[in-house]
Amino acid sequence: MLGKLSWAAIPFDQPIPMIASLMVILTMLAVLLLVTWKGWWPYLWSEWITSVDHKRIGVMYILLALVMLVRGFTDAIMMRSQLALAAGGAQGYLPPEHYNQIFSAHGTIMIFFVAMTFMVGLMNFVVPLQLGIRDVAFPVLNSVSFWLTAAGVLLVNMSLVIGEFARTGWLVYPPLSELAYSPGVGVDYYLWALQISGAGTLLSGINLTTTILKLRAPGMGYMRMPIFCWTALASNLLIVAAFPILTATFAMLLLDRYLGFHFFTNEAGGNAMMYINLIWAWGHPEVYILILPAFGVFSEVIATFSGKSLFGYRSMVIATMAICVLSFMVWLHHFFTMGAGADINGFFGIMTMIIAVPTGVKVFNWLFTLYGGRLRFDAPVYWALGFMVTFVVGGMTGVLLAIPPADFVLHNSLFLVAHFHNVIIGGVLFGAFAGYTFWFPKAFGFKLDERIGKAIFWCWFIGFYLAFMPLYVLGLMGATRRMQHYDVAGWQPLMLVALVGAIVILTGIVLTGVQLVVSIRTRDQRRDLTGDPWDGRTLEWSTPSPPPAWNYAVLPSVDGLDAYWEAKKSPKSRLQNDPEPETISVPRNSPIGFVLAFFAVMAGFALIWHIWWMAIAGLIGALMTILAHAWRVSDEVEYIVESEASRAAI
Amino acid sequence: MSASSLTHSEVREIPLSERGPAPRNVVVSFGFWLFLLSDIVIFAALFAAFAVLSHETAGGPSGDDLFDRSRVLLETAILLASSFTCGLMSLAVEQRKLIPAASWGAVTFLLGATFVGMELSEFHGMIESGAGPDRSAFLSAFFTLVGTHGLHVSAGLFWLLVMFAQVLTLGFRPMVLRRLRCFSLFWHALDIVWIGVFTIVYLGAH
Repeated sequence: MLGKLSWAAIPFDQPIPMIASLMVILTMLAVLLLVTWKGWWPYLWSEWITSVDHKRIGVMYILLALVMLVRGFTDAIMMRSQLALAAGGAQGYLPPEHYNQIFSAHGTIMIFFVAMTFMVGLMNFVVPLQLGIRDVAFPVLNSVSFWLTAAGVLLVNMSLVIGEFARTGWLVYPPLSELAYSPGVGVDYYLWALQISGAGTLLSGINLTTTILKLRAPGMGYMRMPIFCWTALASNLLIVAAFPILTATFAMLLLDRYLGFHFFTNEAGGNAMMYINLIWAWGHPEVYILILPAFGVFSEVIATFSGKSLFGYRSMVIATMAICVLSFMVWLHHFFTMGAGADINGFFGIMTMIIAVPTGVKVFNWLFTLYGGRLRFDAPVYWALGFMVTFVVGGMTGVLLAIPPADFVLHNSLFLVAHFHNVIIGGVLFGAFAGYTFWFPKAFGFKLDERIGKAIFWCWFIGFYLAFMPLYVLGLMGATRRMQHYDVAGWQPLMLVALVGAIVILTGIVLTGVQLVVSIRTRDQRRDLTGDPWDGRTLEWSTPSPPPAWNYAVLPSVDGLDAYWEAKKSPKSRLQNDPEPETISVPRNSPIGFVLAFFAVMAGFALIWHIWWMAIAGLIGALMTILAHAWRVSDEVEYIVESEASRAAI
Repeated sequence: MSASSLTHSEVREIPLSERGPAPRNVVVSFGFWLFLLSDIVIFAALFAAFAVLSHETAGGPSGDDLFDRSRVLLETAILLASSFTCGLMSLAVEQRKLIPAASWGAVTFLLGATFVGMELSEFHGMIESGAGPDRSAFLSAFFTLVGTHGLHVSAGLFWLLVMFAQVLTLGFRPMVLRRLRCFSLFWHALDIVWIGVFTIVYLGAH
């Protein structure tokens, strides 16, 4: 009746997971109670949960990413404190099987549910506003995408309480992840959570690609699009081309585990290296899916705060699209040690060095944009400047690792760990925070506290260097990744420095919460009444903050790059020539995303625990939901806002 | 200037990329086309896996031992014929002719169902003779690739039934027409994938 599920699935005998899960459950209960007590359910349901407004969905993505950042960082600081303790003969406080779950969960959560979710959220919020349109191409599908991501998040967090998480590293390499060596539910939690959220990401990628290619304000030709839209286009094209590989690869591993297939097993001709090739054929584009939107954020921030148009817009576009294509040609550098031979390793090493060229072009473009500008030192600029320094360091260690002989020495060492944290924290995360600070006033109508914002930056910046520079050194000294303890007592001082760095970053994360609370409480003093708090250049700053549900009553018409900036500068140039329409149609809210996610969690949980009747019930429920949605007729799908009312609402 | 306020000849002078948001039916077809491309990437990954594993028979039967090529040729003909009748259905839908559309839709459904039935009986025979997907890596890859295609055809058949119900209850309204267009894109895409399956899996068997 309940498959593999029994009371033994709850780790009563392990104090650390028990305390962690109790805290998670209590926090969730407290939130649910607060919402019930305050009577916020109707508001939450009608304004957020069922909302199909791209801005609301973007905000929910980012909120989800911030919550998961706390979860992922908890794992991080547990690993750092474990390694600060477990030197010489000491074993620290985390037993190996628990430590293995922690580093696997940390990587999975940080990549899929923090970095990815944050970037998708930013793109969702910003792209339609920058394109001068009312919503994405498929608003209801957008809500489905978000809720499927949330379903994946829920499954990953359930593994904390019920059962276990994968112990195999964040990409669950076979044969370790095969049933023979990982008989528990950990790998299944991983696979089903990521299949569900991956479907959401794919749908979101299709949605945003269609939006950018088919829905732009009149006059906005491709070479007039804001650079963030270009990077979003490249990122979403990569999602459409790369995520199906992930889905197919995980499906093959699931077939191995559930039905005894032999794709990646040691027996009957299976080939584990094929999994590693396939997973990185997705995994390397994924790196650029994350970093390209961050490049877009920095481009917008640097141009805006320098008071200049971006230097070399055309070369920036070419570099972005070049990276988009080249990102599919470097995957093998993740496993030079496979032993494919000198020719193959040489090819992929050279391709990896070549992909650094367009990235270098971008760095020079940003420098030349700064040059001769009147730079205003607001918080987003701090993140941008910190990024430029940090990312160049990370990029250079990447080029170093691209040399196959060097990689043979440094493969799976802490040097590698330091490298990818260098580019993901220094690139993606700094970009996420720059974008968060930059567009926050657009989303909520008031600015975030500047002083705390700068303090958050310094915490992350200094904390990052303290935490990861020692890892470069330790890697060169021979420390491997994923080790739970080590014999060389001489490594401990550097491990302690790394722990101090993690604590400094923790201060930054705490300050992010403080900043939010302080800014909300003092919002009346920090209101943005103009809609243009930073003297912006692109269309999103021409609409009020926060924008109405329909973004623009009249679609702006564009006749050049930086359309809003040009309109502000020359009195003759106007963004809007047409009179306001009588009516504006706005898509109606839909609960389908939430309901589908409910059935997805149900089916996913049932499949993890082999509760077959429940899995079938979940799938039928999802199918029925889709069918019910298919019979919503058009006058129920969109409602009309009268123009007078729309003006009053503004 | 918005495109709507211009005369026909002036519209021609504005580049396509600057004419503002595309009409709904273009957006829907394009979005679905992107979805099909992503679906084809899934098949690409499965084809790659099949190519890597096609020699890994682990002492079990090879494709040459198992496949009945003339039967598969018949399957192929049936599927291609269903694509043709699907095209005829689309033409009838364009002219809003309910009876021809429904008839060609029914023929498409029957041909598709025959295809799935033949595939299932092939699978059944193989599993009965001990050549199931757990026998060898080659057979795992074979069943997954061909089975995923079969699953797509089955989903298409279900979709076609739903479209029958939609046309009968909602009529040829724009929403239903857009879905019918997406369905025909889907059905033709499955044909293209099957050409790959037939060539690489069955004709290339060794």
